[in-house]
Amino acid sequence: MKRSTQVTLTSISLLLLAAAIWWASGNLNSYYSRVANTAAIYITAAVSFNLINGVVGELSLGPNGFMALGGYTAAILLLPVAQKEMVYFLEPMVWPLGSFSLPPQLFIVALLAAGIIAGIGAFIVGWPCLRLKGDYLAIATFGFGEIIIVLANNLLSVTNGALGIKGLPELTNLWWTWGTAVVTILVVKNLVNSTYGRAMRAIRDNEVAAEAMGINVTKTKMIAFVVSGFFGGVSGALLTILISTISPTLFMFTMTFNLLIIIVLGGLGSITGSVLTAIIFTVLQELLRTVEAPFSLGFIQLPGVPGMRMVVFSALLVVLMLYYRKGICGSWEFSWEWLLRKLGRKEVDQWNQPMQDQY
Amino acid sequence: MEPTNARPVLDLQNITMAFGGLIAVRELSLQIEAGQLFGLIGPNGAGKTTIFNIITGQYTPTEGQVFFNGQDITGWKPNAITEAGIARTFQNIRLFTSMTVLENVLVAYHVRQKTKLWQSILFTPGYLREERRMRTAGLELLEKVGLADLANKKAGALPYGQQRRLEIARALATNPKLLLLDEPAAGMNPEETSRLTEFISEIRDEFNLTVLLIEHDMSLVMTVCEQIRVLDYGTTIAHGTPVQIQQNSRVIEAYLGEAKEYA
Ligand SMILES: Nc1ncnc2c1ncn2[C@@H]1O[C@H](COP(=O)(O)OP(=O)(O)OP(=O)(O)O)[C@@H](O)[C@H]1O
Ligand SMILES: [Mg+2]
Repeated sequence: MKRSTQVTLTSISLLLLAAAIWWASGNLNSYYSRVANTAAIYITAAVSFNLINGVVGELSLGPNGFMALGGYTAAILLLPVAQKEMVYFLEPMVWPLGSFSLPPQLFIVALLAAGIIAGIGAFIVGWPCLRLKGDYLAIATFGFGEIIIVLANNLLSVTNGALGIKGLPELTNLWWTWGTAVVTILVVKNLVNSTYGRAMRAIRDNEVAAEAMGINVTKTKMIAFVVSGFFGGVSGALLTILISTISPTLFMFTMTFNLLIIIVLGGLGSITGSVLTAIIFTVLQELLRTVEAPFSLGFIQLPGVPGMRMVVFSALLVVLMLYYRKGICGSWEFSWEWLLRKLGRKEVDQWNQPMQDQY
Repeated sequence: MEPTNARPVLDLQNITMAFGGLIAVRELSLQIEAGQLFGLIGPNGAGKTTIFNIITGQYTPTEGQVFFNGQDITGWKPNAITEAGIARTFQNIRLFTSMTVLENVLVAYHVRQKTKLWQSILFTPGYLREERRMRTAGLELLEKVGLADLANKKAGALPYGQQRRLEIARALATNPKLLLLDEPAAGMNPEETSRLTEFISEIRDEFNLTVLLIEHDMSLVMTVCEQIRVLDYGTTIAHGTPVQIQQNSRVIEAYLGEAKEYA
């Protein structure tokens, strides 16, 4: 298939998505629109996380840390100055953070700053452990996530500690969340299909051979890790601004656990899988709220069990690992060619087939 | 005994490699001239693969130095050594099994890529042109090694002999001056081996290579190599031309008698 055809098809579907968002912005009630926003945020977080765990094949356990970095960055930048004086009553905010804030029109600057700070965080964690072989990254990233939470609890003059930051301007909307999800998917997809992505997949398949083929393993992993951290940070910022409040509990290890479930269920390495399961996960999480609510069996009154949803998800994960180890997509990716084949149109342009199957 | 008129392509000086108490290579020196086809033989555990791992930077020798074209490359990282012009194959095949045959070769071109990361992510025209050039070159290379019709097959799905061939193709794609082949005929039947024997001389001439070869198959080694070094327990027990090696009593005792089983 010609590249221009694919670009056209992609553009058309993006226009359709835009129309859907436009419709949804006017018609969804606040509950449904929050679910739709959350789904898009999970897509961004999962697709970027999948780049490290699925494509490069390094086990990272720190996306909650990167999301927290992004969330706090955006919160600190966007909280109006007057609000800052009220919220930080235990300890005044450290100079100069307390004396300025970004106007709502500069939301995008806050999002980019969130991504950059999280990307820098990823670089700092990656620097010592990406050059080592073995499971250091898992341990270091896990530690990193925990350290961020400890810092968030204790750096009162920056994060306001356990009380968190409240009253953030509600700027997140469907345009921002789905727009970010689309940008993330396109960037990660192009990266994976580029020569750099090929190098990443080579590292996943056989690190020793990749290095012997001249690939700078540390640098390649670092690129994936920083890109992953960047979009993780942006997704954390979107989530924070969506619920207009942030505290250390928002980005505990549970967040990483959720994302792990999403990318494993989707099929490690598959962007399509991450996107689909991110949506499924968000919807299921809402539907399963009932299992946490108290309910009555007529003769007996059962109390609500908070955390029951996680039990269900964990059980689901175990079952899937036992019977469906590759996740719902395996390593399959959606492509326009696949769709057209499904729709019954035979591809005649044979010469372009092997050359273009990457794009 | 080597002629001294030309600078050797590869020059190992007094290499010792110890793994804890085990000395896998002991005070080994070895020079290889440009264009030579050099054989490295010896019984199992003699230290042959260890020498490859030292040359390609997987191991840093406990003592001694590795010179490549006069430059000291001891302690360099494997990818830097590949970039400098040394490529290898692996005794236990290490292909990128989830990738296609063509992609396996393309991975090797990444190191010489001109376009930058941001261009690659944005798929700029310059990047697409370079990617297309890589693909054309990759297909040409596969044509030369006789794997072109398998270009879009998954590497892991190839039969054994073709996997070995792909290992060589992939190494060639890095554009090496010196090619290290670790038991390229292992697991091949006599017919495949004789085709491989021809193939090795062909690529040496076509790509202007110097080749260092580890092999247990004596028919291959004796046909193709101009110089042979025999190792046992990490030390040299003989070196010379195939004829000299076949007549050397120490070699016959330590190795060739036993090697009859392989042939
Ligand atoms: N990383 C390592 N750690 C410990 N010992 C090692 C290591 N690599 C190799 N050895 C040991 O060094 C010795 C030489 O091994 P090497 O693989 O170089 O032998 P070889 O000549 O290639 O044998 P073969 O013909 O079986 O491939 C062996 O005793 C091996 O066990
Ligand atoms: Mg060996």
